Amino acid sequence: MSLTADEVKKIAHLARLGIDEQDVPHYAEDLSGMLELMAAMGAVDSENVPPMAHPLDLHQRLRNDRVTERNEREKFQAIAPQVEAGLYLVPKVIE
Amino acid sequence: MYNKTIAELAEGLRSRQFSSRELTLAYLERISQHQALNAFITATEDLALKQADAADAKLAAGDAEPLTGIPIAHKDIFCTDGIRTSCGSKMLDNFIAPYDATVVAKLQKAGAVMLGKLNMDEFAMGSSNETSFYGPVKNPWDLNAVPGGSSGGSAAAVAARLAAGVTGTDTGGSIRQPAGFCGITGLKPTYGRVSRYGMIAYASSLDQGGPMTRTAEDAAILLQSMAGFDEKDSTSVDRPVPDYRAGLTQPLDGLKIGLPKEFFGEGLSSEVASAIEAGLAEYRKLGAETVEVSMPNLKLAIPAYYVIAPAECSANLSRFDGVRFGYRCEAPADLTDLYTRSRGEGFGREVKRRILMGTYALSAGYYDAYYIKAQKIRRLISDDFKNALSSVDVLMGPVAPSVAFGIGEKIGNPIEMYLSDIYTIAVNLAGLPAMSIPAGFASDKPVGLQIIGNYFAEDRLLNVAHQYQLATQWHQLTPPGFE
Amino acid sequence: MEWETVIGLEIHTQLATKSKIFSGAATAYGAEPNTQACAVDLGLPGVLPVLNQEAVNMAVKFGLAIEAEIAPYSVFARKNYFYPDLPKGYQISQFELPIVGNGHLDIEVDGVTKRIGITRAHLEEDAGKSLHEDFHGLTGIDLNRAGTPLLEIVSEPDMRSAKEAVAYMRKLHELVRYLGICDGNMQEGSFRCDANVSVRPKGQKEFGTRAELKNINSFKFVEKAINYEVERQIDLIEAGGTVVQETRLYDAAKDLTRSMRSKEEANDYRYFPDPDLLPVYISEAFKAEVLTTMPELPDAKKQRFKDQFGLDDESTTILTSSRETADYFEALLAASGCEARLCANWVTGELSAALNKAGQEIADSPVSYDRLAGLLKRIADNTISGKIAKQVFEAMWQSEAEADEIIEKQGLKQITDTGAIEAIIDKIIADNPGQVEQYRSGKDKVFGFFVGQVMKAMQGKANPEEVNRMLKDKLHG
Repeated sequence: MSLTADEVKKIAHLARLGIDEQDVPHYAEDLSGMLELMAAMGAVDSENVPPMAHPLDLHQRLRNDRVTERNEREKFQAIAPQVEAGLYLVPKVIE
Repeated sequence: MYNKTIAELAEGLRSRQFSSRELTLAYLERISQHQALNAFITATEDLALKQADAADAKLAAGDAEPLTGIPIAHKDIFCTDGIRTSCGSKMLDNFIAPYDATVVAKLQKAGAVMLGKLNMDEFAMGSSNETSFYGPVKNPWDLNAVPGGSSGGSAAAVAARLAAGVTGTDTGGSIRQPAGFCGITGLKPTYGRVSRYGMIAYASSLDQGGPMTRTAEDAAILLQSMAGFDEKDSTSVDRPVPDYRAGLTQPLDGLKIGLPKEFFGEGLSSEVASAIEAGLAEYRKLGAETVEVSMPNLKLAIPAYYVIAPAECSANLSRFDGVRFGYRCEAPADLTDLYTRSRGEGFGREVKRRILMGTYALSAGYYDAYYIKAQKIRRLISDDFKNALSSVDVLMGPVAPSVAFGIGEKIGNPIEMYLSDIYTIAVNLAGLPAMSIPAGFASDKPVGLQIIGNYFAEDRLLNVAHQYQLATQWHQLTPPGFE
Repeated sequence: MEWETVIGLEIHTQLATKSKIFSGAATAYGAEPNTQACAVDLGLPGVLPVLNQEAVNMAVKFGLAIEAEIAPYSVFARKNYFYPDLPKGYQISQFELPIVGNGHLDIEVDGVTKRIGITRAHLEEDAGKSLHEDFHGLTGIDLNRAGTPLLEIVSEPDMRSAKEAVAYMRKLHELVRYLGICDGNMQEGSFRCDANVSVRPKGQKEFGTRAELKNINSFKFVEKAINYEVERQIDLIEAGGTVVQETRLYDAAKDLTRSMRSKEEANDYRYFPDPDLLPVYISEAFKAEVLTTMPELPDAKKQRFKDQFGLDDESTTILTSSRETADYFEALLAASGCEARLCANWVTGELSAALNKAGQEIADSPVSYDRLAGLLKRIADNTISGKIAKQVFEAMWQSEAEADEIIEKQGLKQITDTGAIEAIIDKIIADNPGQVEQYRSGKDKVFGFFVGQVMKAMQGKANPEEVNRMLKDKLHG
């Protein structure tokens, strides 16, 4: 299993990750190496093994429906790249 | 002063042999003196002295908490209110966290003084601290060698006596491997024992914070204040925290140690093998018994990990988009340009590699073959551990196949780097607690002995480590030039 | 060719919790931008979600109301995509294991009852809002809404006309409001609808290619958007074209749907279980507890109103159209002690008309049930006539006075003194010999003339039955 440059670009776009054109072959090579490593999993019969998403077999705990947070906009927006009138600004969203 | 353990320092502060201000100044002096190690990303001198003065007042008033006045430092993955929290990334170079991580708040409440924030692999992705935006950390035992990673700054700081104790995080060995490479004591608790709230997520189902210290006793002291249920973390476990220090003194007569044969096979350097063997011999002298066990699926830990961790990280790191915090590219042309360039410029190579890997593993058509398969393998590995731990008290083996390697030696070959985590990664998949303790030297560099325990058996691990440290001197040694 | 329309609806209901689904920030509508977006809602580095108990209760309540399977074990998943109103770059939703499974809802169209299947309902978090007003060519993002709990209710493609779709939507709207799990405010976006619409030649088994219509947030628009889209698809196919699977936005101003290019590209959402959240377990005991909080549902209430009060289909439909209306009716009935028929007539007649005219909801009615009860009592005991009662009601609408005060003050009491009525009747008979002659020669219609004259002379305050009886006696001599 190996990845082509085009596949790398496609994944990079899905992840909105800018990659320099000249780096694409390196990523393709690295990812192909990782996939090779993963090929070992294919040899294991795991048909009846339930997937394990969490180390501990626990239930989700539920919180009470209470408002506990106060307005901290000023503090949160002090670290934002661009804000105006309490809004975060981004390049125009076209629908 | 700075050569003392936390236990000794606490005693010295209480008996007024020295003040927290004196102690804090001494550490700050050392931090500035050893800047070449690059262990700290940010030193918080003013805050540290303010906290030290407050600690001294409390000590004088006789209402000291367990850690009152003890100078510690945090891995820069823990959010600290009002202080830059970079996670070792350009992406967060300008990020002043607006809140405290639960671990930070708990240690502060216990009286600890914060000296600063420690260097680390970018977003905790790495095994050598070379992926940090702030440059590699040097291993105090050999300035040309890596300190391990991702908690490399943490391990180096403790080894070089730049802090009495520190925090680290461990997703695939990031506490234990650097602790091993730097000759200190590191504990990765059971998943869910320490709150993850405010700890910037790499792989949420694997990440766990823990203490890194000189001794097991110090690890017990720090863990005591770090551990416990947190209502802000759904994965934190509501279960009482035992008195870790109280259990340290239990003798090891009859202790059953399992030795997974897969930990001692091909790939393990012979000099590390002999140091580990000597450590095990010491345990037998202390009354323990060793038996071989087998965990046949262990060899699949690395493949499974490099599906699961990147998959989780690919989503966890989506929030770094240049909109609400962190790095934003110059003059984005449109929304897609804002995203791709902010992320492309803000993340380093290893982080990008893992985001790409994870995105691929979750994408349509590959999900079952990679992600679901890896989760099944995860269960098989977890079952292997359960089986092994049903007949022994703890498992032991090396932390890493070799001692600390050279800076630049493996960074060009990511796969080889990944393989160096072979003995630590499986533990995270299972969620078990494990420690690394200093157990000798090979080629003049420290060797770490790994001890793996059952779920929530941190007290037993600390006891087993402490008894060894009562009988040996490895943990007492200071790197040359840092005495 | 004859075409058949196939419609399935996805309805997003904002659950009426006080705090958000995964954080303790308030959900109140209309706050200053980003003042109700806490660290968790903003997706700050290091924060974690914790599930709101009430959101789970409400989802289970809904599931029980539509007789659905409640999943004993459900899982939250991350739906990955980049959009500025989605702070984490993923939405926490449910994918493979939703909390509510197969259920159904019965609708009635043109007197025919039809069962609409509900495939699933799952919990998820709402996104923020993009404000497109001009910020120097930029878009502003308000994340107050981010993290508001949503229950997404997905129907089977069981509807065959826009009318059925609207009936289903109305029925669901009524249900969630009955259950108290959603305020149903469509202007504020509490109840939003996407429609999957396709057409196929009548008789064909396979579904046609569907378009997903977004942003159709009123009953009227749903109907118009679907009708437009159906026509568009038929025209397209008949002209030799093919329908493409896409998301289309309904433009209410132009009454048409148009393709949303921005949502089209590669939507590979890469769902996977959210590792920050654990599986949700719903026990039988939990369900039983939720059941104890379950109100009487619209269909059951309607049936009861028929059985218990002998009311007809038309009035019970109106009376049970909202929980508030039904509650008002029952409260009025209890407070007045009058006949159900009288109470029903007033609620569905005079009161509804006045509320409609004023654009008000029954819950905020200027005439409360106990004031109206005071009025109905006076009708029942013949103090006033039905006609006068309407006059009193109007006065009550304008003031805060009780019916009795108004009757007293305006002297509207019905005259029951037969002596006074008799005197008037005698005078009118004496003054109009011609009409008396006509009546007596068989022209019954003239009787109305006498009634009118008497009522006029008595300013409408005479008891009409009494007037009728006495007039007849006198005229027959």
